[in-house]
Amino acid sequence: MTKKTNEILVAVAGQPNSGKSTIFNCLTGARQHVANYPGITVEKKIGTYSAKEGKIVLVDLPGTYSLTSYTQEERIARDFLLLEKPEVVIDVIDASNLERNLYLAFQLIEMNVPLVICLNMTDVAKRRGFDINTDKLSQQLGVPVVPTIGNKGKGKKELKETIWATHKHKIDSIKTDSVKAASTDMPIRINYGEALEPILATLEQKISEAPRLTEHYSPRWLAVKLMENDSEARRLVRQQSEKGKNILDFVAVERDKFISTHKEAPEKIIAYKRYQTAEGIVENCLSQKAKGHKTWTDRIDQLVCHRAAGPIILATVFYLFYKITMSPDYGGQKLASLAWPYLAKFRDLMAFIPLSGLPRSLFLNGIVDGVLAIANYIPIFFVLFILIAILEDTGYMTRIAFHMDRVLRAFGLHGQSTLPMMLSGVVVGGCAVVGTMSTRGIKDPKARLATILILPLLNCMAKIPFYILMASIFFKKYQAEVLGFMSVVTLVLALVVAKIFTLTILKKEEEVPFILEMPAYHLPTVRGVLIRTYERLMVFIKKVGTIVVAVAVIVWCGITFPGISKERVVHYNNETNKAAQSFMAKLGENNPYKKLLAGQGLNEFEEYWMSYKKGRMGLDEEAQQALNQKFAKKNAEFFKIANKGKYIEDGKSKKDKYAKKTYTTYKKFYKSVERLQVAQRKETVRVSYAGRLGQSLVPLTKWAGMDWKINVAMISSFAAKENLVATLGSIYSMEKTEVVTKESLAVTMKRETAHTGWTPLHAIAIMLFVAIFPPCLMTLIMVRIETGRNLWTLFVTIYPIILGFLVAVAVFQGGRILGFGG
Amino acid sequence: MIPLTAVSSGKIVKIVSLMGGRGIHRHLIGMGLDIGSEIEVIHQGEPGPFIVRVKETRLAIGAGMAQKIMVDIK
Repeated sequence: MTKKTNEILVAVAGQPNSGKSTIFNCLTGARQHVANYPGITVEKKIGTYSAKEGKIVLVDLPGTYSLTSYTQEERIARDFLLLEKPEVVIDVIDASNLERNLYLAFQLIEMNVPLVICLNMTDVAKRRGFDINTDKLSQQLGVPVVPTIGNKGKGKKELKETIWATHKHKIDSIKTDSVKAASTDMPIRINYGEALEPILATLEQKISEAPRLTEHYSPRWLAVKLMENDSEARRLVRQQSEKGKNILDFVAVERDKFISTHKEAPEKIIAYKRYQTAEGIVENCLSQKAKGHKTWTDRIDQLVCHRAAGPIILATVFYLFYKITMSPDYGGQKLASLAWPYLAKFRDLMAFIPLSGLPRSLFLNGIVDGVLAIANYIPIFFVLFILIAILEDTGYMTRIAFHMDRVLRAFGLHGQSTLPMMLSGVVVGGCAVVGTMSTRGIKDPKARLATILILPLLNCMAKIPFYILMASIFFKKYQAEVLGFMSVVTLVLALVVAKIFTLTILKKEEEVPFILEMPAYHLPTVRGVLIRTYERLMVFIKKVGTIVVAVAVIVWCGITFPGISKERVVHYNNETNKAAQSFMAKLGENNPYKKLLAGQGLNEFEEYWMSYKKGRMGLDEEAQQALNQKFAKKNAEFFKIANKGKYIEDGKSKKDKYAKKTYTTYKKFYKSVERLQVAQRKETVRVSYAGRLGQSLVPLTKWAGMDWKINVAMISSFAAKENLVATLGSIYSMEKTEVVTKESLAVTMKRETAHTGWTPLHAIAIMLFVAIFPPCLMTLIMVRIETGRNLWTLFVTIYPIILGFLVAVAVFQGGRILGFGG
Repeated sequence: MIPLTAVSSGKIVKIVSLMGGRGIHRHLIGMGLDIGSEIEVIHQGEPGPFIVRVKETRLAIGAGMAQKIMVDIK
């Protein structure tokens, strides 16, 4: 990170559940963005605020219990502190859990960073009977302590002032070389006992003699870390100093001596002394201490974690969760349906673009539809993200993990896999993109990877319309049962696949035992929930949005180019002209409208008729009259035709039989032109690159009962699963309108598939293939982001194709042997 | 000395040894689970995680991990 001179870099550290993000949000407000630490998937939140003295840049470090090198988060936090050298470090401490939180504070003090302690949630602590004397605490620790109540914004001003004072003090002490403290004296130095201190002193001396080490690290911190046998500290010493080997040899000898005389590893003594010191400080700073009484959290947990009541509550929460996101009457789906008219309007507006032919199709069917595919999901994701944030902020999410762990563990997954699986669609439609995003919380890397790999097998929202389409054609009476069947099959399959993966390819991945802190229950704040929701939506839009549009364009090219041959174009043009000529002939010699529709007039009428028909939709009586007047004024003769010869003149209704005849003849002509266009489009798809690929796959896919049309739809669904129904729509479409309604598609497909001898067995095989078939591109991008590895992304692309194909073939061929289907 | 898995709800126990690697050991210490710490078993798992109170924190501990924590009943 490059630092500008007038910017002050402040790191926010703290243990998990200390209210670190609340403090971060409280200080920076909406001025924040999320980045990733280079090369890894841990989020790096950066926020700013301006003080009168300059701009403050805050970096939210991952929440860690300690600063060893055990977890990735711990390594990141430590490296940031050592390498970026923030001007000030805030350690957010949960006041009601002071003793344990001091464990991290001591390590920060040892690292010799300019520390400010933010004693958070003092209200909760007080309610539990912990009244902490902050002045005394500050004195004992030797660092400034600011009491805060993060979610109410209390202590914000004082915290900002202290950050500045600490920064200024640091500059002053460098300038004047005086070590006069801003608020108190020297930071606390933990006494590790008679046995260890002499060794540490010698070690510190040795480290001080290696200038490259002292430049970056506090000798005391490094000495303690080395005696703890921290692998990362050893690596630092080995790499950074030519005297490194010397130092490490000394450590090895001293550790061995220590263990043989004291029968105890030094790291145990170090931890013990830290807790002992923490206990002493807590005792001194608490003016009252109530112990053993039950907190609210305990009382709630008695019910929520109860063997019988717990699962019932859990099921209720799951049910509500689905209801709120998926119910068409309220929640996400409702919001999406409210937003849809605006999106449709947007598309109509875009249709005015002065382009024609291929560029127009590229713009509308490629780019605009790609954007809409994403935009369509945003309302549902918005509601989903809000619900997740509420579950997280209340603390219930951890309880979900607690309950589900016993079930999921059997399949090699983790309690925390529950949320990603819910989001990806266990019972009804979900989205693997969001599901994959939410695997971040899973603490066990092996289970996390297994979860990411199986999420695409679950039922994403966009697969549902396809199931419904197939069910409505082949299993009319059993639509609900068919959906239920698909849910059960996919869930069972996902769990089995997870088990197989953890036993085979994931065998060597790092495993972390299940230990989760059960945070105290909190009422979530609107602000906290909205900030989290906004952050996640932005990640989705930024990372996924851009690429999806690009792929939409590629898919469009795939089903458009190389296009039909010139002769065929000429053929279709000739056919259209022939139709126009026969239309003219049929109008009859005496028809007065014939002249009007000759040449360019035909196109003009089509335009007029279309906009009139469209304008009339959904209007009330009065508005319709106004529209009629407008169109009659625009072109009185066209108006007569469009109204089948009925019109009003001087207050009397009149009839014109020529106009009526013209209308009926025109309509027939219009239908035949439409048929020609569909035929042309169908031919274009068939000869397109995607079409050829689809056909060349038929020798293989016929074993699973799939023809080239389904193949093309599958190929195009790679960009987004919605394309499945949409592409089938455009292949089968009989309507000129670009959006095909499901009903009409079902009817057309039914008729056409009847010719080709499709049976319910075909349908089941294809549905299973679609269920397992590779994830859409958005999901693959997320897999790449979350795993950080191309190999896994490739694997997630390929294994579902093979698995899906095998399942579909097995079902199709098995079914045939048993005598189902043709 | 018995594994944590053998302790029923409501009992207060003292940790006597932690099995498993050194890395996980240090991590547990950061969470307040150290040799000598007193913990209260709030919920006995098996199958499924245990809930214990350590100082002012509640931790859910998977049955596999609980098997590796050896305790003495006070």
